[in-house]
Amino acid sequence: MSSVFDIIGPIMIGPSSSHTAGAARLGKMARCIFDEPVERVTMTLYGSFAKTYKGHGTDRALIAGLLGFGAEDVRIRQAFKEADEAGLQYEFVESAEPSDHPNVVLFDLYGHSGRHMSVLGRSLGGGRILITRIDGLEVEITGDEHTIMTFHTDKPGVIAAVTTALSLQAINISSMRVFRKEKHSQAVMLIHTDSEVSRDVLDSINAVSGIESVMYFKPL
Amino acid sequence: MKYNYNSIADIAAFSERDGIPFWQVVLRSEVELTEADEAAVLGEAKKRIAIFNQSVEDGLADIRTTPSGMSGGQAKALFDGQPRFLSPLAYKALTYAIAVNEANAKMFRIVACPTAGSCGVVPGVMRAVGDTYHLDEEAYVRGFFAAAGVGNVITNAACVAGAVGGCQAEVGSAAAMAAAAAVAMMEGTTDEVVAAMALCLKNVLGLVCDPVAGLVEVPCVKRNGIYAVHALTAAEMAMAGLRSQIPADEVIGAMDRIGRALPSALRETSEGGLAVTETGKQIAERVRNL
Repeated sequence: MSSVFDIIGPIMIGPSSSHTAGAARLGKMARCIFDEPVERVTMTLYGSFAKTYKGHGTDRALIAGLLGFGAEDVRIRQAFKEADEAGLQYEFVESAEPSDHPNVVLFDLYGHSGRHMSVLGRSLGGGRILITRIDGLEVEITGDEHTIMTFHTDKPGVIAAVTTALSLQAINISSMRVFRKEKHSQAVMLIHTDSEVSRDVLDSINAVSGIESVMYFKPL
Repeated sequence: MKYNYNSIADIAAFSERDGIPFWQVVLRSEVELTEADEAAVLGEAKKRIAIFNQSVEDGLADIRTTPSGMSGGQAKALFDGQPRFLSPLAYKALTYAIAVNEANAKMFRIVACPTAGSCGVVPGVMRAVGDTYHLDEEAYVRGFFAAAGVGNVITNAACVAGAVGGCQAEVGSAAAMAAAAAVAMMEGTTDEVVAAMALCLKNVLGLVCDPVAGLVEVPCVKRNGIYAVHALTAAEMAMAGLRSQIPADEVIGAMDRIGRALPSALRETSEGGLAVTETGKQIAERVRNL
């Protein structure tokens, strides 16, 4: 059985759990992954997102998420105004290209430094989401759990050193996956943990040889 | 686990075994499942009940139309009017359920129950029963957990998404939850709760999901009102002693099979039914050019 609060829930801004609540969560997750204030963003919408986004407020919800608002935040309704005030420039592109899922959005994010990152995600229904690609690397991030993500070089010992850093702090791993572009090139490690991960632990992971960067996301 | 239920029959059996009401089995199961204390679980339920009631107020207060032009101000029109055919209680349920769905369509805060498109039925029925009989918050808590138990079984044994099972799975499930809630609020027996949800769900079987322009407005908003009244009809029958010849869990199974047999055009794709009528297509075209 599920928790009854998954049945009578989520608490959200209408009108659609997939097109509004899910969109807000996708925006918020993209913001967390980018890890610096977003100055400019292009959002390419596919499938049902492209066809119905105005009527469902998907555009407002995506922007609200990028501003850090949650799916139940009433500021979603005036997200365009909030974006103007925050200095966030945005544009939407409706793609007619086929996608492998009905509700897909591609974020092209640009920071103050001119840094660019692309984040691809989908809305699964009921407000649940899945980030499937970051800068061309396949990933699977749901935002439902404590998540550590590393960018690292694919070489022996990196994974063991990271899990050792976690075990030293008695942090239990609930699931773990590793993705790479090709042998010895850039790779991504996704680790879900049962408990919160402190700054100190992340610093010790960051110090591991081969780790380029480490990020941590609390559940959305 | 003492209260691990997978069916309506399980909840009824635990209710009989421990001599506690249907809703209380669901509450105890939640406490067991989440390892939270009961006060925290009750607090979370009360928070959602408060939002139910706020959504009713939001829907009645905001009379603007939605960007699509399809909805808005209809709950207020009912609120300002008088019942001619319905009891005052049923008229309130109709009005409040539509108010919540109008609030949803206009991007107010709501609680999905079990989905956003069906979010008005349970709050509408509970508020109407609560108002009419001057019931306290404890009565709403009884209704909340009875509804949640029904919704939980349907979600796990069948489906509640229109895209999977059509509107019978979405508004149909919401109505079954609301029928159970109404009986629980009135302190009906477990048999009455079970009969109410079964009689309710039996009579929405086959209902399709064909939203105009892909939006949760037509027919969804008014349908929430109509099925709030439908839920009360089932609750009325159950408390008068009527029972479903087909057991509740078998009705849920039938709903699931019917849902999967529905053509894709009638499962939230807006490729069939009302969505492809002449007027439906014109509205869709207008919405595309907003």
